[in-house]
Amino acid sequence: MSDSPLPAVDYLKIPDDGDPYLEGYKCSSCEAVFLGERANCSKCGERDQMEAVTLANSGTLYAYSIVHRSFPGIDVPYISAIVDLDGGGTVKGNLINVDPEPEKIEFGMPIEVVYDDALGRKDGEGNSYLSYFFQPSNAAS
Amino acid sequence: MTDAYVVGVDMIKFGRFPDKTVPQIGAEAAHLALDDSGLTIQDMEALYCGNLGQASGMVGQRILQEIGQTGIPVVNVSNACATGATAFREAWASVKAGLYDLVIAVGVEQMGRGLLGGAGGSKGISKEGLLGSGTMPSVFAEAGMEHARNYGTTFEQFAKVSVKNHHHSTMNPKAMYQIETPLETVMNAEMISYPNTKLMCSVNVDGSAAAIIASEKKAKELGLMSRAVKIRASILTSDPWQERDLVMPDVNTCTRRAAAAAYEMAGLGAEDVDLVELHDCFATAEILHYENLGLCDDGEAGRMIDDGEVALGGKVPVNVSGGLLSKGHPLGATGIANIYEVSTHLRGEAGQRQVEGARIGLTHVIGLGSACGIHILEKAS
Repeated sequence: MSDSPLPAVDYLKIPDDGDPYLEGYKCSSCEAVFLGERANCSKCGERDQMEAVTLANSGTLYAYSIVHRSFPGIDVPYISAIVDLDGGGTVKGNLINVDPEPEKIEFGMPIEVVYDDALGRKDGEGNSYLSYFFQPSNAAS
Repeated sequence: MTDAYVVGVDMIKFGRFPDKTVPQIGAEAAHLALDDSGLTIQDMEALYCGNLGQASGMVGQRILQEIGQTGIPVVNVSNACATGATAFREAWASVKAGLYDLVIAVGVEQMGRGLLGGAGGSKGISKEGLLGSGTMPSVFAEAGMEHARNYGTTFEQFAKVSVKNHHHSTMNPKAMYQIETPLETVMNAEMISYPNTKLMCSVNVDGSAAAIIASEKKAKELGLMSRAVKIRASILTSDPWQERDLVMPDVNTCTRRAAAAAYEMAGLGAEDVDLVELHDCFATAEILHYENLGLCDDGEAGRMIDDGEVALGGKVPVNVSGGLLSKGHPLGATGIANIYEVSTHLRGEAGQRQVEGARIGLTHVIGLGSACGIHILEKAS
């Protein structure tokens, strides 16, 4: 079992010294941004032109759904949000610190990415995980 | 190249058949379609089978084990919710290419109940409800909310799609449900993923549909032209790169490209289409496809549902079968069931739900991942 939390997804990086961040891969030929490591660009087809980039911790809400029915054991309701990060990259995650009501959610609202424990979820070996969440950028964290 | 015609087509009434096997369910539709054409399995030169749940299970061959092992070539097809349309298209292509004069396409599915999809892979911990939602109702809710963002489409407008399609299905004895669902019933149903309530989600059902495709020469030779339906266009696309691809499956671009190619192949425009069976896996999705298929201008879809233009009796009726929302959505069968519905109208045999004077019809499916299949059909003259 790991002493420190593991990343919930491969594109969440936890440096030994420093803050966690989301990592994208950017095509140096066409500038398309992807989540996670990859060798080839699926936008332009270039090979071996992908470079790791640190994605921004700020962005805007593009679209969402308010999830009321999910699989057993998953707390509902929650907001499933799609966020366009400043500088490129689109990420999906839970939008927190907003009431799950359509009236409280605005397209284009400024969002910040925050990092926290993965809702207490552990794997079969008992490892804890670190995940990322979205919240309105004016919310007190 | 020869023209290709549907000379026999049918579907079983969709429902839940836990006591039957997938090949048994598929065999029923194959028999119905053969009977509709007056031909037998011995007349078929190849079989194209669409099924997802047992994609590695040689379902096409097992259907022949139910209805006649004639030794013909069998191709088993899997392409998400475009599976049935892909099998139909492969059958069409073989006739167009001159390989065969008479072939059968069968789509069949036996479904479980409940939510399809879910976020993230199996490694580590579950991502569902942690990194948003990957359930199908949520994915298509988000696609609908993109439309709401762009054009101000409302929850009520999305809900009206379900009111319409459930109403249509009251006139379709082969639909899973024949129940009126007024607007307040749809909007007050259990919320699954806003803005999709339970009545705005397609029904998981078992079902099958089949079609017999003939070359023009063979159809004439057999005297089958009087009820034949000409396949004016068959198009399949995959999803071109889009910047939000990785978190937001794009059902729009592949549909727009398929529609443009289909209209070009048919030498027709959207204005020539008399009825449409499109992929209303969720009420939110149907709204997007009015625009994607060119039935209205961008931003006009909400008005189109408000004005009743897509209801039976309207300018271009959409999903008069009841659609996936009410007829049901047995994934591998859906694409061929759409062909059955449109063909039935073109033949003037749709009874109470008949689109009067229908001459040209369009079918559309989307398989998430993504595949888009479009067919344009015309009553043979």
